[in-house]
Formats: sequence, C-alpha cells, structure tokens
Amino acid sequence: MAKHETPMLDELESGPWPSFVSDLKAQAEKRAKNEEGIEFQIPVDVCDDLLGVLELSFKHGRTHWKHGGIVGVFGYGGGVIGRYCDSPDKFPGVEAFHTMRVNHPAGKYYTTEYLRQLCDLWDFRGSGITNMHGSTGDIILLGTTTPQLEEIFWTLTHDMNQDLGGSGSNLRTPSDCLGETRCEYSCYDTSALVYFLTNEYQDELHRPAFPYKFKFKLDGCPNGCVASIARSDMSFIGTWRDDIKIDQDAVNKYVENDPAYPANAGAYKGSRDWGPFDIEKEVTGLCPTKCMKFENKKLFIDNANCTRCMHCINVMPRALRIGDDRGLSILVGAKAPILDGAQMGSLLAPFVEVNPDNDYEEITEIIENVWDWWMEEGKNRERLGELIMRQGFQKLLEVTGIDPMPQHVQYPRTNPYIFWKEDEVEGGWERDVEEYRKHHQR
Amino acid sequence: MSELLDNTEAATKAVVDWLTKKQKSKTKFYIKDFYKIFPDDKPRAIKKVINKMVETGELEFWSSGSTTMYGLKGAGKQHSTEGEE
Ligand code: HEM
Ligand code: HEM
Ligand code: SF4
Ligand code: SF4
Repeated sequence: MAKHETPMLDELESGPWPSFVSDLKAQAEKRAKNEEGIEFQIPVDVCDDLLGVLELSFKHGRTHWKHGGIVGVFGYGGGVIGRYCDSPDKFPGVEAFHTMRVNHPAGKYYTTEYLRQLCDLWDFRGSGITNMHGSTGDIILLGTTTPQLEEIFWTLTHDMNQDLGGSGSNLRTPSDCLGETRCEYSCYDTSALVYFLTNEYQDELHRPAFPYKFKFKLDGCPNGCVASIARSDMSFIGTWRDDIKIDQDAVNKYVENDPAYPANAGAYKGSRDWGPFDIEKEVTGLCPTKCMKFENKKLFIDNANCTRCMHCINVMPRALRIGDDRGLSILVGAKAPILDGAQMGSLLAPFVEVNPDNDYEEITEIIENVWDWWMEEGKNRERLGELIMRQGFQKLLEVTGIDPMPQHVQYPRTNPYIFWKEDEVEGGWERDVEEYRKHHQR
Repeated sequence: MSELLDNTEAATKAVVDWLTKKQKSKTKFYIKDFYKIFPDDKPRAIKKVINKMVETGELEFWSSGSTTMYGLKGAGKQHSTEGEE
C-alpha cells in the first residue's frame, strides 16, 4: 500500500512510454520489503516521500525543493548538489535529498562487477535511485543525506577507484563518444584525450575556478554522437585535412546494388522499401557543398570544398573513408538558453594536432588562453558564449593568438567598414607631413 | 604574484577582514568578488588561495548546483533563503 495517494502522478503511468513514476513505485516497494536485508542508512521510505512531495508540487503548481546549500565532501567544491525539501514535516524521508555526480569513465565502459558495487553502495547509503547518465554525462546518484556524503566518497575513492564529477562553477566532467574504441569514423582517440584532460585539469574539476560552469565534450568525427557542438562551452570534433579515401570499385558495388554493400550499412533496412540505391539522389545530390559528382563510373570529390559533413561516408562506408591526416576542430561558446537564447558552438580552431606525445600541447594552449580571458573578463554567471557575444569573436581571436581565416566566416561581410588598429598598419598613424605636402597642396 | 597574495597569513587576513566588513549586508560571494582584494594578481592565483582557505576551514562553499559561492564558515543561512533573514 503506497504511503501517499498520488492520483496526478498515476496519470503519468497511463501513456505508452516507460514511466519514472512506475520505477519509483517499484523502488519504494523494494525498499519496504527489503528482501536482501540491507541496513539502510537513510530513511527506508525515501522513495515514497519523493513521490509524495512531487504530487504536492503538482497540486500546488510550485516546487517544494529549496535551491542549493552547503554540502560537499572535504576539499571538493563540486560533485555534490545539495537539495532540501521545504516540507519535511510531511515528507521526512526527503528532508535532505542530495545528488552526487560520479565521474563516468571515458566512453562509458563498465564492468558488471563495478555496476553491482555501485548499486550496492547506493542501496545501502542512498535512495537506490540513479540516473544513468545525466545530461553532463556523469553517473547521477539521486538522494542521500548529509552524513552519508563522506562515507560514500570514501568507498568510491578507496574501494572503487572512482572520483566524483564536477558541478557548480567548476570544470564539468569531460565527456566523449566512444571514438576509436568502436568506431571506424573516429579521427582521434577520444577516450585518451578525455582521460588526459580529466587528469590535467583536476584542480579546475574539483575546485570552483570560473565565473560559471564550463563543459568539454569530445566527438570523434563530425557525426557528433555526443552533440558537443550544442552541449559544451568547448567542443572538440575530429576532422581530417587531406582527401576522403575513395575505393572506386566499392562505389560501383553500391551503384550496382550489390547486396553485400547496403546503403548506410543497412541501418534503415526493413523500416520501409527504399527502392534501389540511387547515388545521385542519396549521395552526390545531398552533398551540402555540391562538391561531388559521379560520372563514367567514377566518383569525384573536390576535397577543397568538402566541409567534412560525413554524409557520403555514412551512406557508403565500404567505399569512402576519412582521410589520413587527422586532428580535431575546436568550437566554443555553445550553451542552453539560460540567459540569452540557446547558442551553438562557433569554430575557433579549424585544425589542431592531437598529439599525446607532447601532452596535447596545441590543445591545452588554446584551453588555457580561453580560460584566462574568461576568468578575467567574464561576469558572474556569464558563460563563455555570452562573453564572446559581449566582447566579440575578434577579441577571442586576439586572446588566443589565432589569425582570422576563411573558416571563421559564416557569410561574406555585410558591413563595409574595417577598423584597423595602429599596430596592424605599417608605419602606424605617424606620417611625415612635410613629405606629404611635397605632393599635395593645402 | 603580489606580496600580499604570496604571504598566506596576510592574504587570509585580508580575505577574512573583507568578508567580516561585508557581513552585515551579504554573506556569500562569487570568486570574482575576491579579485578586488588582490588587484595585482591573476584570477587563477587568487582562486588557488581562496580554495585553500576552504580546505583549512576559514571559508565554506555554497552551491546552487550550477554556481558556487564562498562565505565565512557558518556565516549566513546554510540552505537557501527566499529573501528573509
Ligand atoms: C568589383 C568592384 C566593386 C565591388 C565588389 C564593390 C562593392 C561595394 C559594396 C559591397 C559596397 C557597400 C554597399 C552598401 O552596403 O552600401 C560598395 C559601396 C560603394 N561603392 Fe563599390 N564596389 C565596386 C566597385 C566600385 C567602383 C568602381 C566605384 C566607383 C567608381 C564604387 C563606388 C562605391 C561607392 C561610392 C560606394 C558607397 C560608399 C559609402 O556610401 O560608404 N564601387 N561597393
Ligand atoms: C582608398 C580610397 C578610399 C577609401 C578607403 C574610401 C572610403 C570611404 C568611406 C569609408 C566612405 C564612407 C564615409 C561615411 O559616410 O562615413 C566613403 C564615402 C564616399 N567616397 Fe570614398 N573612399 C576612397 C576613395 C574615394 C574616391 C577616390 C572617391 C571619388 C573620387 C570617393 C568617393 C566617395 C563618395 C562619393 C562617398 C559617399 C559620400 C556620402 O555619400 O556621404 N571615395 N569613402
Ligand atoms: S562521433 Fe563519430 S567517431 Fe564518435 S561514435 Fe559518433 S560516428 Fe563514431
Ligand atoms: S563529407 Fe559531406 S561535404 Fe564532404 S564530400 Fe561528403 S557529402 Fe560532400
């Protein structure tokens, strides 16, 4: 029998989708029965009270959670997000209901043993409710009390070799696609770079350093499986400088509708009858820069005009491959619409070398120049993207020492004015008036 | 690094004095607010000193989840308030 009546929440279970309400009810019941005989360290009815307070919020049309607080583990300025209920008299089980962010591994690879350990820990010292994974990428452990935080942190770090993630005005847990571990499109080893950045910037990850949050996300190629271009203040997207590799025989196998060469590696097979493969309709005609043609059984790509959108490679993966001179592009300033509107990342560095042998020097140099500028100039709660809007992309180029180049230009200028700075002009503003007057009368 | 920031004892005192003076009107501050105390120093150097003071117990963090603020340990409300003191 449920502790609180929840008629409005029950409505949410009636749709065709899996429901978090059903999950929470199941977890409430599991804790009530406690067949495994767990010595719960937080109230046994935490899930019942969570459902109860949510029902009340629906009824009142306003939240019953307080925003923020002083919680954390010793020495860390992030990783724990304090949440307190403002009606503990009715819902004592969720009087304190803190979230812990746990630094997910690169590519989100786990052993089943690790996952069991994590769930056991969370049943014992928390609500048992998890979010695998949160929007930042972290493992999210939802709901525990203040005295449990240090205990959980001790077990994570000592028994599981596992760190907390970032929250608050910290660097957030870097997140990546699985990259070279599974994907032939990957232009660099995303896991290695995430691992490096996580270690290199431990201080920024655990101790608040910034005007606001800062996120790194890494995509191995422009397919963007972690959508870094939209979800991170600094986005790393794999790319290549040389030519797409073409196997002309394989191209013709696709054109001949050879069953061993299904378009899109067969990904859309069976959803409906797509008819025979048509290279014009499905590949060359859809190239966003119109830089391809297929003539006399030969595919031609004008690589100088290819934007590396990945479309042709995705459709004919057995015939086309990413180039060999690989690196990544860095984009900056994406954010959700908290203050100004939502923004996608802007291209800052079109091609950067990815070199583990020099500790990714080219990458860390850009990161640290951007941080120095933002830490100095950013207003409280101003994201990098907003600072770029406020002070201008040109200012960003100056602080990073990157020369303007065609790839920075979205469309030709509509403003005919160009303002030069004195140091950009040979001879500066000084001129010899005497010399001038020799040729120009007053 | 300025002499003031380099001298842990003096830097700590400057921060505590500044916060104590402000305490009547405000108890939680952004990292940027501390830059004023050390006008000649780089934000990163200042951040290191302020964070050290949290470790040694003079200061404590307050976090909303998305933003972090700093205050004297125990000063002001521990959870969020809605404008009432
Ligand atoms: C390839 C040749 C040219 C190109 C691409 C070009 C382009 C332009 C553009 C883009 C503008 C700004 C339009 C606006 O937004 O108001 C402009 C303005 C102007 N152009 Fe040209 N132009 C060319 C040749 C010329 C020539 C040969 C003359 C005169 C002999 C000329 C005289 C002007 C004048 C007087 C303005 C207005 C300037 C102002 O009001 O600030 N242009 N031109
Ligand atoms: C390097 C040479 C030149 C540069 C950089 C230049 C630049 C400009 C600029 C920036 C303006 C806009 C001024 C404003 O309204 O604020 C302008 C206006 C104009 N310029 Fe030039 N100009 C040049 C040479 C010439 C020459 C040689 C002529 C004609 C013989 C000329 C004729 C005009 C005219 C007619 C206007 C429009 C004035 C108005 O409607 O207010 N320009 N020019
Ligand atoms: S972003 Fe590219 S490299 Fe990464 S998993 Fe997706 S397709 Fe593969
Ligand atoms: S990757 Fe995209 S832009 Fe480049 S040739 Fe293929 S379809 Fe065209």
